[in-house]
Amino acid sequence: MMDDKRWNLRLYIAGQTPKSMVALANLRRICEQHMDGRYTIEIIDLMANPRLAQQDQIVAIPTLVRELPSPLKRIIGDLSNTERVLVGLDVAPREA
Amino acid sequence: MESLQTENPPGTPPAGIDKALTGIAGFDEITRGGLPAGRPTLVCGGPGCGKTLFAMQFLVSGAIRFDEPGVFMSFEERTDELAKNVASLGFDLYDLMDKQRLAMDTVIIERSEIEESGEYDLEGLFLRLDFAIQSVGAKRVVLDTIESLFSGFQNQAILRSELRRLFHFLKDRGVTVVITGEQGEGLLTRQGLEEYVSDCVILLDHRINDQVSTRRLRIIKYRGSAHGTNEYPFIIDEHGLEVMPVTGLHLRHPASRERISSGVERLDTMLGGQGFFRGSSVLISGTAGTGKSSLAAHFADATCQRGEQCLYIAMEESPEQVLRNMRSIGLDLERWANSGLLRFIASRPTLFGLEMHLATIFRAVQQLSPAVVIVDPISNLSTIGSLTETMSTLLRLVDSLKAKQVTALFTSLTATGDEENESHLGVSSLMDTWISLRNLEHNGERNRGIYVLKSRGMNHSNQIREFLLTSQGVRLEDVYLGKEGVLTGSARLAQEARERADSTLRQEELAALQRRLDRKKTALEAQISLLHAEFEAEAEEVRKRILEADRREQDLTADRDAMAVIRLADTRKIARES
Repeated sequence: MMDDKRWNLRLYIAGQTPKSMVALANLRRICEQHMDGRYTIEIIDLMANPRLAQQDQIVAIPTLVRELPSPLKRIIGDLSNTERVLVGLDVAPREA
Repeated sequence: MESLQTENPPGTPPAGIDKALTGIAGFDEITRGGLPAGRPTLVCGGPGCGKTLFAMQFLVSGAIRFDEPGVFMSFEERTDELAKNVASLGFDLYDLMDKQRLAMDTVIIERSEIEESGEYDLEGLFLRLDFAIQSVGAKRVVLDTIESLFSGFQNQAILRSELRRLFHFLKDRGVTVVITGEQGEGLLTRQGLEEYVSDCVILLDHRINDQVSTRRLRIIKYRGSAHGTNEYPFIIDEHGLEVMPVTGLHLRHPASRERISSGVERLDTMLGGQGFFRGSSVLISGTAGTGKSSLAAHFADATCQRGEQCLYIAMEESPEQVLRNMRSIGLDLERWANSGLLRFIASRPTLFGLEMHLATIFRAVQQLSPAVVIVDPISNLSTIGSLTETMSTLLRLVDSLKAKQVTALFTSLTATGDEENESHLGVSSLMDTWISLRNLEHNGERNRGIYVLKSRGMNHSNQIREFLLTSQGVRLEDVYLGKEGVLTGSARLAQEARERADSTLRQEELAALQRRLDRKKTALEAQISLLHAEFEAEAEEVRKRILEADRREQDLTADRDAMAVIRLADTRKIARES
């Protein structure tokens, strides 16, 4: 069963830019639809904490980092392509 | 040649754009002050051409020497790898980081773990850069090699617009930037980075010709600044990167009036009586076995005798060989070598590229600051490079030695005795004094001849002298010049003997003539005295007769007076009548 599968996600943004807001909205929608209740989302604003950019190897903004399930995966962009986000998050991809 | 470079001495940036010194020897001179300050410079070239080192040296010199801390953002190598690589050049990156003079950041993009979904930008990179710049107050930034981004991201349109934004961002920060780029097929960089960096583009190149590697640097463009457009050779060794200006940028050698002896007295005489000018360049050319090295050794000996340092660069023989060979002509160079006045650098020309040789010589000159440098022979250098390369190497050598007021003596082996061949290295025009040694073949023997082809600024002899290598060293002899032509060796001796015989004969003839003249004079004098005697005798006779006649006249008068007395004649009357 996939029921005990959990997603730990971190979304890196740099200020409240339109792109970041779009990404956050897209992420929330996808998570609710596909992982209901089995995920955590941490939002990190690099404007407030620029040191983390180097530490976590962030180049593109927005970047969604899938901490769990391993291996680590990065999904960059405003997450408008749901298909690719699902692939990236390793969420039951091919259902009609 | 460059025309705009007469005003400013090297190292001081001319009026115009601000420049940031790189601290790379030679580079700051050809760019007349370094890279454009506050602007990006693209350094491109193939793999292993020295891009990263160039960038690193720029940063480290900035941090250490010019009080300009820097940021090194690497897209390829990690900090510990970089630190290890440059540690051999004496750069301690960790120390600089501890002292807040340097910030390093390695950007790692794992293509395999990235999924792209929708629009994004590279704000993360900007933030990292900005953070690093602020953490050390950086004035210099290196991005090495930013085009790695192109393999990390799929959306090229975003990348390109973000790159453009990046360069604006860096210009706004007022930092001097070096961006490295991998050379592409027919392009300066694979990703066309040159379209973003329009201020200064430098191309590094690493070539192998005939198994000898040479590195070259060219400034392709430098907006707002005069710069050398040539390809400049550079080397990478334990001191880092060093660019060799092809020609001295300034023709401003000091010209000394001081003269120094060549070590051979008669040669000094031929050179206006006093020898070479200090700081001049002397070329001794000649075919094999004409005594070039011996002449050079004499000069070395004379230098050391004055207590001056002499640097002998042996390209053909080992120092031991030179010492031994010179002993055979009575020159004890060993004592100078032992006392340290005479230093040898011996290396096979083919061992390194020309630039390495040049650098070795430069370093030695810098270290020892010798009064005299001897390169024996320079013609061997041409075996490792093309003609133009060799010539430019020599040009730089001559230039730099002149600038330091070092008297330089070069020997050059020529294949044949004709003069056009002698200038084959094209160096003759660089030389102030050119002494030619040649074999004079005559009468079944070879003798050495020496003459001064040219010697700037002095009244030098136009005579050919015979050049003898004796166990007491080099000796110059007058050659026989007469109706028989120039004679040397035994022919000269024979001719001189013949001349002596001729002259004895002539002297005997002269003596004989003198004797004849003397005899004639004696005879003449004898005749004169005879005539004199005859005349005297005759005169005596005449005088006697005159006396006699006189007496007879007196007697007659006396007789007549007596008669008159007897005849009682009037005395007065008689007296009146007589």
